[in-house]
Amino acid sequence: MAGGLFNQLDQTARNLVPFTVTVLAMLVGMVPLPLPGYAMVTVPFMLMCLFYWVIHRPDLLRPLVVFAIGLLQDLIGGTPIGSTSMVLIMAYWLLITQRRFFLGRSFVMLWIGFALVATGAAAVQWSVFALMTASLLDARPVLVQALMGVALFPLMAWLLQRLHRAYLS
Amino acid sequence: MRIAAPLWGMVQRFYFPLLILAAAALMMIGHVNGGAVEQARTRVTDAVSPVLNVMSRPAASVADGLEYFRQLVDLHDENARLREENSRLRQWEQAALRLDAENRSLRSLLSFKPDPAARVVTGRVVGDPGGAFVRTVVVTIGERDGVARGQAVMSGQGLVGRIVQVGDWSSRVLLITDLNARIPVVLESSRQRAMLAGDNSDHPLLTYLPPNSEVTPGERVFTSGHGGLFPPGLPVGIVEIGAGGKPRVVPMADLSRLEHVQVVDFGTVGGVAAEATQPGAMK
Repeated sequence: MAGGLFNQLDQTARNLVPFTVTVLAMLVGMVPLPLPGYAMVTVPFMLMCLFYWVIHRPDLLRPLVVFAIGLLQDLIGGTPIGSTSMVLIMAYWLLITQRRFFLGRSFVMLWIGFALVATGAAAVQWSVFALMTASLLDARPVLVQALMGVALFPLMAWLLQRLHRAYLS
Repeated sequence: MRIAAPLWGMVQRFYFPLLILAAAALMMIGHVNGGAVEQARTRVTDAVSPVLNVMSRPAASVADGLEYFRQLVDLHDENARLREENSRLRQWEQAALRLDAENRSLRSLLSFKPDPAARVVTGRVVGDPGGAFVRTVVVTIGERDGVARGQAVMSGQGLVGRIVQVGDWSSRVLLITDLNARIPVVLESSRQRAMLAGDNSDHPLLTYLPPNSEVTPGERVFTSGHGGLFPPGLPVGIVEIGAGGKPRVVPMADLSRLEHVQVVDFGTVGGVAAEATQPGAMK
């Protein structure tokens, strides 16, 4: 019986990996690095995690959970509440409908896919803020942010793949 | 199973639009009912700040290490520069001592009531979570340390921002570069008053200058103390002429590498400003 309980705990812990990793990615994105201009273009680690897990294990990262993570980010970040949730849910929606297309494709296709998603997310984010402040904001920070995300995507995808293989296969 | 499948299809179909609507609704609620959202923000930030505090340490150590080696490289030049600066500062010290003595004697003649001494609390910056469009940082001091909304936040060199949210042991600073930051300032030599308006760029704009006023690049900018929010005379930055001929201010504090900041309590904020920073303070 004890073994059964342990197995259950073990499985639950493993199933929590995508959620934990995504929350950690959010927190890592908030750590201040003493680089000029870094605060403006924080790497969208969270979006990378979302991209990876929705394509590979959407059953372990439910839309409602993603919504909650976005909310948490808004609460901590001082951004308009609900804005990050909206961006993430839109990305989720797009990915879950295109999931079959991405599964089993080459890494380059995934990379291109992420580039598209990151650009889309940047566009949505920019529109939300422009609407909220009723002014045309400088769109360069979000574009650079998306570019940084695309540049660092292979590294993050490799890390996530390692985690995926180690705990969830 | 046959009934469940189409049902699931329906849910799947409307699930995402509903969630997006919910997010939009939240944005509106946040816009209209700021108080409740502010409460939630304070609680969540308080809960997360210890985690951020731990997570930001390795990054800070790495940065310190890099800085150490960078300093080793130009140790000699730095030393020469400091010697020169030191001799210059010694002259200033003499001038300051003379002026201080003179000031004191004149004040005693006038029975002038000096401003209360400022109290300073220093905190560590543990997060800059705002992303692309919000310029805020989270610091590790809060209500327990005597921080209150509206207090000025300085780094060693100059004004950094203003406290906008206070939790028990964490608080949020709105930087002077944020889109929503407005600070009444005065130019040092021309005594021209203006409003420093952040626009999310690194160098905030000088606005509300009279049309034919002269702004010389290199002039220093201080808080004017108008509106009572900040005490007058806090150093803010240096004037530069930005793209399009718009006067901007280069902040004296390097806002991209804030590690520690000082929250300065200049005594109670009075009058209209108290109402602005803490609604209900005048009742």
